[in-house]
Amino acid sequence: MTATLSKVDRGRAEEVRPRPPRWHRVSKLDAKVSPYLFVAPFFLLFGAIGLFPLLYTAYVSLFDWEVGADDPAFIGLENYRTLFEDGQFWNALFNTFSIFVLSSGPQIVVAVVLAALLNANLRARTGWRMGVLLPYVASLVALTIIFGNLFGPQYGLVNSVLTTVGIGPIDWQASTFGSHVAIASMVNWRWTGYNALIVLAAMQAIPRDVYEAALVDGASALRRFFSITLPMLKPTLIFVIVTSTIGGLQIFTEPKLFEPSGGSGGGTEHQYQTVVLYLYQSAFQGLDLGYASAIAWVLFMVVIAVAGLNFFITRRAVR
Amino acid sequence: MRHRWISVLICAAVSAAATTACGSGGATQTADGKTELTIATFNEFGYEELFKEYEAAHSDVKITQRKTGQGQPHHQNLFTKLGAGSGLADIEAVEEGYLSQVMSKSGQFNDLKEIGPKIEDNRWLQWKTDAVTTKDGKLIGYGTDIGPLAMCYRKDLFAQAGLPSDPEGVKALFTTWDSYFAAGDTFIAKVPGVAWFDSAAQVYNAMHNQHETGYYDKSDKLVVDTNTAIKADWTAVTGAVAKGQSARLGAFSNEWNTGFKLGKFATKTCPSWMLGVVESQAGPENKGKWAVTDAFPNGGGNWGGSYLSVPKQSKNAKKAAELAAWLTAPEQQIKAFKAKGTFPSQVKALDAPELLEQANAYFGDVKAGALFATQAKKIKIAQYKGPADGQIQETVFSPALQSVEQGKNADEAWTTAVEGAQKAAK
Repeated sequence: MTATLSKVDRGRAEEVRPRPPRWHRVSKLDAKVSPYLFVAPFFLLFGAIGLFPLLYTAYVSLFDWEVGADDPAFIGLENYRTLFEDGQFWNALFNTFSIFVLSSGPQIVVAVVLAALLNANLRARTGWRMGVLLPYVASLVALTIIFGNLFGPQYGLVNSVLTTVGIGPIDWQASTFGSHVAIASMVNWRWTGYNALIVLAAMQAIPRDVYEAALVDGASALRRFFSITLPMLKPTLIFVIVTSTIGGLQIFTEPKLFEPSGGSGGGTEHQYQTVVLYLYQSAFQGLDLGYASAIAWVLFMVVIAVAGLNFFITRRAVR
Repeated sequence: MRHRWISVLICAAVSAAATTACGSGGATQTADGKTELTIATFNEFGYEELFKEYEAAHSDVKITQRKTGQGQPHHQNLFTKLGAGSGLADIEAVEEGYLSQVMSKSGQFNDLKEIGPKIEDNRWLQWKTDAVTTKDGKLIGYGTDIGPLAMCYRKDLFAQAGLPSDPEGVKALFTTWDSYFAAGDTFIAKVPGVAWFDSAAQVYNAMHNQHETGYYDKSDKLVVDTNTAIKADWTAVTGAVAKGQSARLGAFSNEWNTGFKLGKFATKTCPSWMLGVVESQAGPENKGKWAVTDAFPNGGGNWGGSYLSVPKQSKNAKKAAELAAWLTAPEQQIKAFKAKGTFPSQVKALDAPELLEQANAYFGDVKAGALFATQAKKIKIAQYKGPADGQIQETVFSPALQSVEQGKNADEAWTTAVEGAQKAAK
């Protein structure tokens, strides 16, 4: 999402540059300095709320820094060493990846299929297209609380339905896989429609004549989809996959609010504690800012690595 | 990308700390030369009218209240600003559950014996004051309210199980924890589908707090693995869970609320403020079914209640201490009790007719004020709390007990809990 936003920003900055300064005193200085002034807010903001916290977090992570401590002790890379030996961290990393795969995987497949359906000649097309975006408009917190109720282990609707059809209740809180499915379903519910619309926009930009040529050659609808649509969607799919990687690895609100009593442990035995949730717990319950900062940096590296990996894989796979 | 969640966290912390909480600590004088005293509270302390009264009597003081809806963001704000070294109010409220963390940073709070006005002896219940007195004798806070424990139970379900159901008759069931769990065995055998208590942690925490030594000994050494009392409580509670006495509903969760509505458990450990929770969760359709009695297994106990402290950051510490001392005097706390129902911690206030006469219609017009005053006087000791005590209870032992309720082996869960406590205490 950030990518689209900054793209818009850049567009705007270019628009303002050739402002006709007829009613305004023109000077050489103005022409030279004002472009920088126009772009400055972004860089100032980025510096203040992006770059500075990033570097300061790295600094803090080298200390045994407890909230309220009078003079934190410098301990070098000790926090990182503890972190790599910390079973709870690896568990959190596993949970994060598991929830990420369970959400992003089905989500992108379904989004492409949805986009293809929405691209077809439908009655009330705009209505359908707006419809898939509705979950995205709903408040994330409200949504999560409702899903938490639906997946309640004893009195939840999902378990009532499962019992009725004879599968029997699943303890969505106690079971690791069950809790991941529940959380992934919240993510999917919210983001599938959004991604479908992005893919749809890209689909409509595919030139018609390519399809017409394929039609003349006698290619079936399925063949057209796999040989034309998918390859032409490549740049958009890369974008969608990278953004959903970044979002998915930082998942926080859903597992935080899925905990019925409002703790940050992510289940009684951390069944669904994600890395960011562990970070939050370390920082704001354990009040151990140094350790939390180390977690933040390791997560940062993991996100970069995975996003990069996804980027290369998708570039190769979708040819 | 990372900055996104950092700023989200900061925003959350800041906005949660009430809209006024970001004010500067510099301006302590108002335009007309009055001293401005800020006081940060959460939930309802019932002080609004008292502030007006104090301002009327002290023309040189202007009081500004920073009120946070919930306790958790209030204390998060407190600890963050303690860390930052500025930004706290002149008077900060501290809830009992966070007291151990505050006590471990007692150097950043004023000794009220030193800067505060002379206060009559025995204003507060002894255990209330003991809990906020440091090892070297400094007083960090003035007690406001408390949450003495009694036992709530479902009259109709007790009758159905053939147990005594009148407030006097049930007392025999609630004399010791052994008799309590034994009665639970009888109950679940007679009333299928209904549990004896709501969740293991709710019972265990009450048991735990009755011991003189808990997770820490007085030299701040973690004794969780050697304190036999803890293991005994654990065994008793998990044994009851294994027999099906627990409804397995985590406290304050949505399912817990549903459990109240459906009447899925027959007893509840009940601090004074819990009566309101029961009433709102069980709802009007269950009116008259719940009762409360002035008995609690093994004597009494306390859950909740707060203190007023004066951080060293305060530029008007002396005047702040005066205000805090006045607010926590019995006369004022009775007014706060009448305004918002906060149960006073002052000895004199416990004998006030306003308190003794207070009745609760939902619980069959029981004289709740007198009942909890009796319970408050039964409490003998304040357990010594070490630095990570609150964290061990909330994030280690409660989840571990819940994992037993989810089917985990009790011995394995015990090992996990001990390891978790050691990690939290590190």
